[in-house]
Amino acid sequence: MTTRRDVLRSAGALVMTLVPVAGRATPATMQEAMRKVVGDAKIQRGKVTLDLPPLIDNGNVVALAVSVASPMTPTDYVKAIHVFNEKNPQPNIVSVYLGPRAGRASIFARVRLADSQTITAIAQLSDGSFWQATQDVIVTTAACAEELS
Amino acid sequence: MTRAVITVPPHPRRGQVIEIRTLVGHPMETGYRHDNFGRPIPRNIITRFVCTYNGAEICRADFFPAISANPLFTFTTVATESGTLEFTWTGDNDFAHTMSVPIAVE
Repeated sequence: MTTRRDVLRSAGALVMTLVPVAGRATPATMQEAMRKVVGDAKIQRGKVTLDLPPLIDNGNVVALAVSVASPMTPTDYVKAIHVFNEKNPQPNIVSVYLGPRAGRASIFARVRLADSQTITAIAQLSDGSFWQATQDVIVTTAACAEELS
Repeated sequence: MTRAVITVPPHPRRGQVIEIRTLVGHPMETGYRHDNFGRPIPRNIITRFVCTYNGAEICRADFFPAISANPLFTFTTVATESGTLEFTWTGDNDFAHTMSVPIAVE
């Protein structure tokens, strides 16, 4: 049985979900998360290819592909690939650790994006250098939006 | 009961770079959502994925709440020898799932 109290409670819940969630990632928190990985090293542009659909209908399932131009030999290989975002509740998306046995530095995953924003992929090479690529995406239906219905 | 699907090429040649596709059933609850009564739903995600090839680690990944439900993750490796690929997912609430797939290199 639905009592008046239940109705009031769920109305309260609806109001709560409409209030923006505190502690969203911002470009500043993304920079901070990137610094945690990179340290003081310089991040160069290039070598990394980030592939996302430019217009995203459903932010809950976004195809994310990252590849890095590297021979993947025991002396010259990609150590790690990190992907960051600006506007999800957390700045990290995924961190992948590879080695020369990967043969090719190429990964694919399905991710959630909460808003239109810039996505950054950073690759750490075996010589200690960092390379990055960025891509702007437009998200029409954000992840977590189902909570409002 | 956790289910996972692994796709490995059936007859890789020695030295060939093969793509391995992994899919595991998991809600990947972010911890940022609320139920109908406004109570926060606790986080329940897979935090780590590891793949070993005959015991040697070839790929490791840290997952965050930004990974979609039922995580699909694809990576590559060089087919060096026949043997076993072992995949392990671990996460919140002592989640652990392991799956082994044989690989036959020609």
